[in-house]
Amino acid sequence: MNGEFLFKLVLESIGLVFFSIFFGLLFKGIDRKLVAHMQSRVGPPIRQPFLDVMKLMNKENIVPKHAVKWMYNLAPLICLTSSIIILFYIPIGSIHPFLEGHGDIILILYLFAIPSLAMVAGGFASSSPFATVGAQREMVTMISYELPLSIIIISMVWRLSNIGGNVFSLQFIAQHPLWNSVGLLGFIGLLFLLFSMIIVTPGELAKVPFDVAEAETEIAGGLTVEYSGRNLAMLYMADGVKIFAFSAIIVALFFPYNISQYFNLNSLISFIIDFLFFLLKVFLVMLSSVTLIRAGMARLRITQVVSSYWFTVSLIALIGLVLLMWDVSLKVGW
Amino acid sequence: MISKAFKRSLWVFHVNSGSCNGCDIEVIAALTPRYDAERFGIKLVASPRHADVIAFTGPVTNDMADKVIRIIQQTPDPKVIVIVGSCGISGGVFHESYHLAGPIDRLYPNAKYFYVPGCPPRPEAIIHAFTKAWEWLEEVEKK
Repeated sequence: MNGEFLFKLVLESIGLVFFSIFFGLLFKGIDRKLVAHMQSRVGPPIRQPFLDVMKLMNKENIVPKHAVKWMYNLAPLICLTSSIIILFYIPIGSIHPFLEGHGDIILILYLFAIPSLAMVAGGFASSSPFATVGAQREMVTMISYELPLSIIIISMVWRLSNIGGNVFSLQFIAQHPLWNSVGLLGFIGLLFLLFSMIIVTPGELAKVPFDVAEAETEIAGGLTVEYSGRNLAMLYMADGVKIFAFSAIIVALFFPYNISQYFNLNSLISFIIDFLFFLLKVFLVMLSSVTLIRAGMARLRITQVVSSYWFTVSLIALIGLVLLMWDVSLKVGW
Repeated sequence: MISKAFKRSLWVFHVNSGSCNGCDIEVIAALTPRYDAERFGIKLVASPRHADVIAFTGPVTNDMADKVIRIIQQTPDPKVIVIVGSCGISGGVFHESYHLAGPIDRLYPNAKYFYVPGCPPRPEAIIHAFTKAWEWLEEVEKK
């Protein structure tokens, strides 16, 4: 922790805050446009989320009379900052993570729980019955998706431990793509894990069909029901950043490939190409795990959310884990 | 730059204050693929705290009178109220009925109102009222 490191960290943090909010809102806009096209509508322009945030910043910020004031105002801030902090640990294209070596995949797993927990705290603090119901549903959803998510990450890390090294570090996972080192059974197992990761994503991001906590037609927006103005804008941005960060995690775990090594280019151009390729990968992950599912499905009941995560998705993830174990012990080749 | 944000982003909270459901169907029709109000950034929201515009349909019944005032007070400023349908303007076919508390602009006079006449009005007319509303909101923001 010397002075130079801290100075660099501060500069990079400011850059990353703008970067993550910009791309979070951009991807949110692309998502809305694509869903509109899938429903044969024209849809809002891609810059719509920026306009929404600008408008919300201009609005009055109401704090309900019976709310716990400090908690109510703090929750959106924690939600936004903790979603941005996740990006400090994720490799972006060929850029190394800014806090490389200071945290691992388990830390990221817990960091992803913080935005949801902050929203739960804000929901309880806003003293609205709708928000209370939403906060309880959010906690139940968290309990549901944590099990398959942990199984996925633990089985990938366990398979990597056969290679050796600092297996929990995300940089190590990104440098050793599992697809290259597994046999046929392991490949099928990884497909199972990828599928369950894609089903976990909408639950983690509170999107249809797992958006029971923010059900607009049912409990009037749930957790966010009392929020307005600046606080709502922060929750809105945090939602976009979370989409970006979680898609980036899937990219780092499953598709950590770069394409610049196949061309003979100088460092700047290959850096840009890797960055654009990273954005493309994040977009494809978002398309398959958020947009397509959102356009194609209706909302589930809270009981269906729990049973589908605990039984169906966990079972699929466990099959993936068992196949990865067999891949090591049986050594079935291609 | 900032004052132009309202131009493409208008969140609407829709309240049925005793309507016959005719105007509600037309409000929903404005969101369907045929009219697609979302391409202008107009979106229905679930809570008055998120709204810029409150769209009231129907005359105000005695039961709804205090709730209507509460909903208007719960909406953050700057806000606009759009009254959809003839009933909210004059009472329409229900006028002189014994259970009406009166038009909303008489119950709560300190707000900006826009009126969409018709029984029910066409979705184009409703979208047009929203465009008038955001023009007014921009005027307010400039000051």
